[in-house]
Formats: sequence, structure tokens, C-alpha cells
Amino acid sequence: MLLALVISIGAMCAISAVLAIIMVIAESTIGNYGEVSISINDGDKKIDARGGKPLLTTLKEANVFIPSACGGRGSCGLCKCKVKSGAGEIMPTELPWLSEAEKADHVRLSCQLKVKGDLQVEIDPALLYVREFRTTVVGLVNLTHDIKQLTLKLDDPNSMDYKAGQFVQIETPVYERTDEPVYRAYSMSSVPSSKNTIEMEIRLVPDGICTTYVHKYLKVGDKMTVNGPYGEFHRSENDRHMICIAGGSGMAPLKSILYDMREKGINRKATYFFGAKSKRDLFLLDEMKQLERDMPSFTFIPALSAPDAEDKWEGETGLITNIVDCHTEDLSNAEAYLCGSPFMIDACIVVLKKHGMPEANIFYDKFS
Amino acid sequence: MEAFTGLTAIFFAAIFTNNILLTNYLGMCSFLGVSREVKTSIGLGAAVVFTMAFTSALNWLVYYYVLIPMHLGHFRFIVFIIVIAAFVQVVEMIIERVSEPLYNALGIFLPLITVNCAILGVCLFMLIRDYTFAESFIYGFGSGIGWMLAILAMAGIRQNMKRSKVPKGLEGPGITLIIAGIMALAFMGFSGMINI
Repeated sequence: MLLALVISIGAMCAISAVLAIIMVIAESTIGNYGEVSISINDGDKKIDARGGKPLLTTLKEANVFIPSACGGRGSCGLCKCKVKSGAGEIMPTELPWLSEAEKADHVRLSCQLKVKGDLQVEIDPALLYVREFRTTVVGLVNLTHDIKQLTLKLDDPNSMDYKAGQFVQIETPVYERTDEPVYRAYSMSSVPSSKNTIEMEIRLVPDGICTTYVHKYLKVGDKMTVNGPYGEFHRSENDRHMICIAGGSGMAPLKSILYDMREKGINRKATYFFGAKSKRDLFLLDEMKQLERDMPSFTFIPALSAPDAEDKWEGETGLITNIVDCHTEDLSNAEAYLCGSPFMIDACIVVLKKHGMPEANIFYDKFS
Repeated sequence: MEAFTGLTAIFFAAIFTNNILLTNYLGMCSFLGVSREVKTSIGLGAAVVFTMAFTSALNWLVYYYVLIPMHLGHFRFIVFIIVIAAFVQVVEMIIERVSEPLYNALGIFLPLITVNCAILGVCLFMLIRDYTFAESFIYGFGSGIGWMLAILAMAGIRQNMKRSKVPKGLEGPGITLIIAGIMALAFMGFSGMINI
């Protein structure tokens, strides 16, 4: 009786094992499509993966997350993406989800499309790089009386690909002032080549949940969670004269953009107007002077709107809009990069337009 | 000659008098789910024909040459299911590799069929009826064609029904089940023509 039981169990196991072996062999011979490379958004990102799995899964394994509600069964139609080459015919399982225009535009359902060879795909760039990062605070320095420079070392994942001028969201954990985690966006002032550390300039907002946390509670060595990068504010590739205007912590993205230019050896004509109230609100002056020496076509013009008597300020005085007005002439072939309060930005746009700058050339990041 | 008539009888009986779908009501889920378009029904039907024919033959071999000698006949349910699953998987891989049009027409339906009870039903009926290897293959093949015939008829009806007004409560699966019932009544007309 016992022997019969053992034999039957053994036989069942053997049958299952034989079938499993057949499956494994089939998988590694018939189902093996070798190494493939997936180029996303014209080579912005390249993924080397093993073929044979659906595109959705392959991308997920490479940490590119396309939203999908059904988990890849082809029943929600959310995981659409444009596949420019290498996809083959549209599958019958995709048809119900694709309109005629989408079919003509090479849109496919990524969960149904199996990766069998090299692919060229196009997905929303924001989806491509957004990740959540566990970080450690490694630097917390006072830049002015109300602006702190926060430096975070990325622990997991340990590097971020971003463009100079983009921002991240900081998660403020639950503390005295908040019952739930709060997310606030801050531009990065670090150079994109420093992939392992990011740097932000955070100005204390009275009663601000996140800024108070950073200014009053955060210590070096603390852990923080950030996600990103986000944002369309970055330098466009051309030779136009760059008019940069910032106030307060609006310095951050512009510093990143300018440092990035220095690092890449781009000697493009650039004028940076930085507005502050009095001398104690100015910061990074030495760094900007150094930048002027390193980049001959770069000029830094700090301006104080209400210098104190003891400041002994000899530089420009007045509202930033007036300073820009005085220092510029025809701007019809220039570009503007504005960072700061919405009020400042709106006022500056008026001035820039007066000097003939086309609206399409004005880029801004409103800190509200 | 005797054997040939035997096989022919089994073949036609499997299609008409003992239609696996309309007399045994097996394989209903994909029958209801994929019968909206004639085109997709042909694909699914063809995949069922192929799988039924070959898995019944394969399972016949497994049963008589592996399970019976080892006195494991009572395990046939489990073993049949995993043999069907493995077979379907491997066939799907081969089709996908070899021909994209064939995969698009047929291959994508194969995973649906793995869990189709009609396939297992055919394998079990062939044992109950003590078929030989050839008979099993023909029976599987015929049953597949019978299933395809039923789903094609249903898809044709449903396509024509798009223009007709169905009472709200009966839309979708409701009216489809009623149609299936009426079709089964019609197929009862074949009963007694061939005995197996």
C-alpha cells in the first residue's frame, strides 16, 4: 500500500518533471529571441533586454513604468505606446483598443506586443525618468538668512538622469505640522553630471509645511524620499542670447543650467539678472563671478531693490524689471529663462515683449 | 472497410449528433466570449480543432503507455490537464517563432484554449468510449470541427443581431445563452442519425 503510494507520487513527479524539462528546453530554444535593444524616444534611453516577453514587461524590468490597469491582459487598453519600428503587424487582441488614427500612427498596446527584435518606441518622456529615490541628507547649508542649500545623496536607486532646470518632489514626513506626508516641488541646482547627489535651494516660507521641516527639523544624516525628475524647464539647443532672470531661490534651476553649460564648454552669450531685496538676500556671488571668468560670454548682474544703508551697495539698484529694461536692447532673437514668483515673472514677460522678444522664446518656472 | 465506416461515423457523430458544445455544453466560456465576430471565431475555432485533434492523440498515448502500465489511471485528470497545457504552450511558441500571420490568426487564441473544458472533455470521452488511437484522433478532430461550426454559427447570428433590438436585460450573455439553447434544440434534430 505504502509502496504503491510512493510509486504513484514518484511517477507523478516524473511526469511533471519531464513536461517541465520540455518546457524549459522549448523556452530556451524556440522562445529564445536573444538580446534585443529597445531605443526609447529616439535614443534618449536605450534598454538592452532579452527578447520573448511582452514590451510592457520588458520595460518594467528596465524600470520604465507604463501605466496599466489590468496588469498586461489586454483588457484595459491603457498601456498604449508608439512603436516606430520593429513591431510587426497589429495583433487582433489590440484591435478593439486602437482607433484608425492610432493605427496609422503606429500606436500599439505594449502588453500584447511581444519583443522579438530591436524596437524603436516613443513614450511620454515624463514616464521615462520618474522614479522614487531614497536619499540621505549630506549637506544643509545656510545660503542666506532664509535660504538653505539642501544636498541629498541618492541611496536607492543611486543615480538620477535629469536635465539642468528640472525639479524633484520632496516628501515631507508626518511631523508636528502635518498628519500626512506632503509633497512639494523644488528645482535642482546641481549639475546633471553629479548623478549621485542632488542639491536644492529651499527658501523658508512662513508657516510652510515642507520648508519649515527642511529649515527647522531636518539634520544631516536624516533620510528623505524624493521623486522625479519632472519639468520642461531646461535650456533649448541653439545659439540665441540667453536672458536669465531670477529672484530668491529662483537661482536654483538657473545655476544648474549655467553650471551645465560651463561643464559642457558651451560659450553662448548669456546675461543673468538676479534680483534681491538687500545684500543679505544675495548669495553665490563668488560662484557667479567665477562663472563669469570661466565663460567669457556670460554676464552676471545682481540688483537690489531696497539696499540697506550699511550694505554699501555699488551695484544696480531698482526693481529687476527696470534693470532688465535698461540693460537690454533688441531681444527679437534672444531667449529668456525666468525663475521666481509668478508676480516677478509676469512683470518680466511684459518688459521682454516690449523689447521684441517673441513669446515662444520665453521659458519660465513659476515658484508658487 | 468496417474500420473506415467506424471512423467516418465517429467523425460525423462528433460534429453533429454529439456536438461537444451543443449537446454536452462544454467550452462555453470562450464560446460566449469570442463569438462576437466571425473572423475571430474562425481563428479560435481553428485553434480548437488543432488542439483537440492533437491533444486527444497525445493523451491517448500518455494514458495507455504511461498511466495504465504504472497503474496511475486515476491521475488521468491532472495528467491530461498538464499535458494539454504544456502542449499548447510549446505549440504557441513554435507558431510565434515560425509565422507571424499564423500566430496572429491562430496563436493568440491558444492560451485561451488551455483552460477550455471541451478539450479535457474530449480526452475523457475517448477513454469512456474505449477508442483506439486512430479513433481518438478522429474523434478529437471531429469534435473540434463541431465546436468551430457551433461558434461560427453563433458569431454569424450575433453579427446579424447587431442591427436588431434586444431587450435591455437580455443584452450580451443573456441573449447569447438563449441563442445557444435554440441552437442546441436544432442540433437535437441530428440525434439518432448516427449512433456511437
